[in-house]
Amino acid sequence: MSSVTIDAGPQAPSGLDSFKQTALYRFLIFPLGQMLVFILGATVLLTVFVYGLAVLFPEPRPNIVLVEQLNRQLPGMIISGISIGFVYAMIALGYTLVYGVLKFINFAHSEIFMVGSVIGFSFMSFLNSLGMLAGFNPILLVVSTVLVSAGFSGLLAVGIERVAYKPLRRAPRLVPLITAIGLSFILQDTVRAIASLTINDFNLTYPTRDIAWLQSPLNPLVFNIGGIDVRVRITAIIIMIAAVIMLLILNYFVNGTKAGRGIRAISMDQTTAGLMGIPVNTMISLTFFIGGALGGAAGALYGLNVGTVTPYIGFIPGLKAFTAAVLGGIGNVTGALLGGILLGMIETFLNGTLVYFPAIGIRYTDIFAFGILIAVLIFRPSGLLGERVDEKV
Amino acid sequence: MKTHKFLALMGSAALAAALSTSLVAAQDNVIRIASQTPLSGGQSVLGVSMSNGVRLAIEQNASVLEDLGFTVEYVPFDDQASPETGVSNAQQIVADASILAVIGHLNSGVAIPSSEVYDENDLVMISPANTNPLVTERGLDTVNRVCGRDDLQGPTGANYAAELGVTSVYVLHDTTAYGQGVAEFFAAEAENLGIAVLGFEGTEEASNFDGIIQPILAQAPELIYFGGIYNQTGVFISQARSAGYEGLFMGPDGFDSSELAAIAGEAVLGTYYTSVAGPASIYPNAAQFIEDYTAAYGEGPQPFAAQSYDATVIAINGIAAAAEAAGGLPSRADVAAAVRATENYEGLTGTITFDDVGDPEIGLYYVIEVASADPAEWSNNSILATLEIPSPAFAASMEMEPEATPGS
Repeated sequence: MSSVTIDAGPQAPSGLDSFKQTALYRFLIFPLGQMLVFILGATVLLTVFVYGLAVLFPEPRPNIVLVEQLNRQLPGMIISGISIGFVYAMIALGYTLVYGVLKFINFAHSEIFMVGSVIGFSFMSFLNSLGMLAGFNPILLVVSTVLVSAGFSGLLAVGIERVAYKPLRRAPRLVPLITAIGLSFILQDTVRAIASLTINDFNLTYPTRDIAWLQSPLNPLVFNIGGIDVRVRITAIIIMIAAVIMLLILNYFVNGTKAGRGIRAISMDQTTAGLMGIPVNTMISLTFFIGGALGGAAGALYGLNVGTVTPYIGFIPGLKAFTAAVLGGIGNVTGALLGGILLGMIETFLNGTLVYFPAIGIRYTDIFAFGILIAVLIFRPSGLLGERVDEKV
Repeated sequence: MKTHKFLALMGSAALAAALSTSLVAAQDNVIRIASQTPLSGGQSVLGVSMSNGVRLAIEQNASVLEDLGFTVEYVPFDDQASPETGVSNAQQIVADASILAVIGHLNSGVAIPSSEVYDENDLVMISPANTNPLVTERGLDTVNRVCGRDDLQGPTGANYAAELGVTSVYVLHDTTAYGQGVAEFFAAEAENLGIAVLGFEGTEEASNFDGIIQPILAQAPELIYFGGIYNQTGVFISQARSAGYEGLFMGPDGFDSSELAAIAGEAVLGTYYTSVAGPASIYPNAAQFIEDYTAAYGEGPQPFAAQSYDATVIAINGIAAAAEAAGGLPSRADVAAAVRATENYEGLTGTITFDDVGDPEIGLYYVIEVASADPAEWSNNSILATLEIPSPAFAASMEMEPEATPGS
């Protein structure tokens, strides 16, 4: 998220200019507006696309009128798409932050996400074993679960950097890539071993059934919009709110604090930044902590949404998030947000539409989603927003 | 998924090392019985219980072979519910000449390729749980099973849905040989019965079903049939319910584990599933088994544990019969022939006679409804219907006989 705003208008009045310098605008209104633009843009684009399909193929299967089905499921698809999109975006930020600073892909990041989801499960189970879960304040419960997961995952990411990447900082870029893949295996099986030794279970189910506000009739919330029942899962709303708050904090940190400036300086030129008195190692650790914490928080939110996690849960979301980071422009923080939201929405909309086409179906959603990715990269090899030198982190 | 394969390779390499040492130690009078079930991973609750059933059967029945002067050993293998691991284990198993029978697998998708390896080496496999028709339809002399078949199980579910008055159904499957197979049989029979099949979709998604649920909600089917296994279907049921789906759920015997209740919670209440294996408690002969099993392992048997016990005893009896005929250590082919010849074996789960392709002549099929969201109450699920259906090969031979009699 940029601190430098490019004004496309011809001559903005000076009152507006000075308003753009205020903290309120830079750290709240601008990034919020950016998210809104991305979400609205993706929604409009995909809605037009699926209704276009409905015009081309009004009745893809006998007795299925595509327009009617889309009318019924459009609100649900938008909400699911945004919530999974925010999860992808939060994971994608971890890939992109590290790439910005160290110029390599931290493939162990998907497992940091997985660890976050398992820590979220452990924390809630711990509260449950104390008998405190049912009576816990809902907001406090979500906040504390997310914070615990984020903190643990952040520290884990820092530890991984120290052990597996720091000694290899002068090695060819391929070498830490391989240690990253190795580490992801180690993380998966360590978690699997710990889970089977402690609770002897592979499927870790969040103990949410004792939490009254997560059960029907509150969940899902049902709104009636234009005669269509729109059902919204509470966890989807939680993901959206939590993600927005964390992305705002990240934006403030990167663009509004001294440490953030240090990270940006290192991403431009590590050696020179070191000569200027910026503590390079501390800043790199900090980058890993932030990326890991976002991934861990995403893991806990995802776990709360899907209900059951396993030690192998990280691979697919991690891969999708990496794709999102590349789609938006790896190394570019705004790009990760855009890529995540776009990929989540594309996936959900395709799932909801392709299902009505005989012989295609949801099994082939990924082909279309990744086909779009390839098409974008052919025309914009550096991603949708590219890696802009003045803005990347 | 990739990691699974990688781990499987590493694991089998380690096993190969372990086995090559054990080969040296193999003696003429040692008979080993192997099992292949998922001992780790998402389906290990069933797989471990099956392995326990085999172990218990060997402990209690080894005397049949010990009286003939043999020592009996049990070697459990972990197929991780993965075809690659299953086949790689199978190659280790056939390499050990002292292994005369294999009990397994849980997953048809693993059993089918693994049994090709067994068959090339004449090693008999008795399956406690594989329901895909192709397991026996290939006509392999070494492959038998003590449970029913999906081309009868799927229609059993569809028939029950029709009895419930369901008029529309949405069918999902997990893209495996088992899940897709049983879902296809269900869907075909449902269409025959006039139930509208609103969708037929396969997915490997295991955690986030949001995008899949939206089009289902838009079509509002009265019933969702999911051909898959509890670790995936449980997550789906929980999410579909909390997304506002109000209809019924139904599935095949892959639903049959207390883990389904552990994963899906309250959402599982009222879920229907068909099974080729009722809870051990419904079999009149299994009371002693449940008692022994609980004493040995500290918890009750999961579904297919009793079937595993039966499969093992059939294997032991087959080996004993072949050994007596051969007057010493029998060949694998002799054992396979003796097992196929099994007639009126009085097991825990019923009387078993194998037909020409290795199916039990009469298969038992159950329709069960989940009665409690508490995993500990799983074995008390209500049995709504029990059907005795002859296997296709047996039914064909029954039809042939009346025609043959007047002719002869």
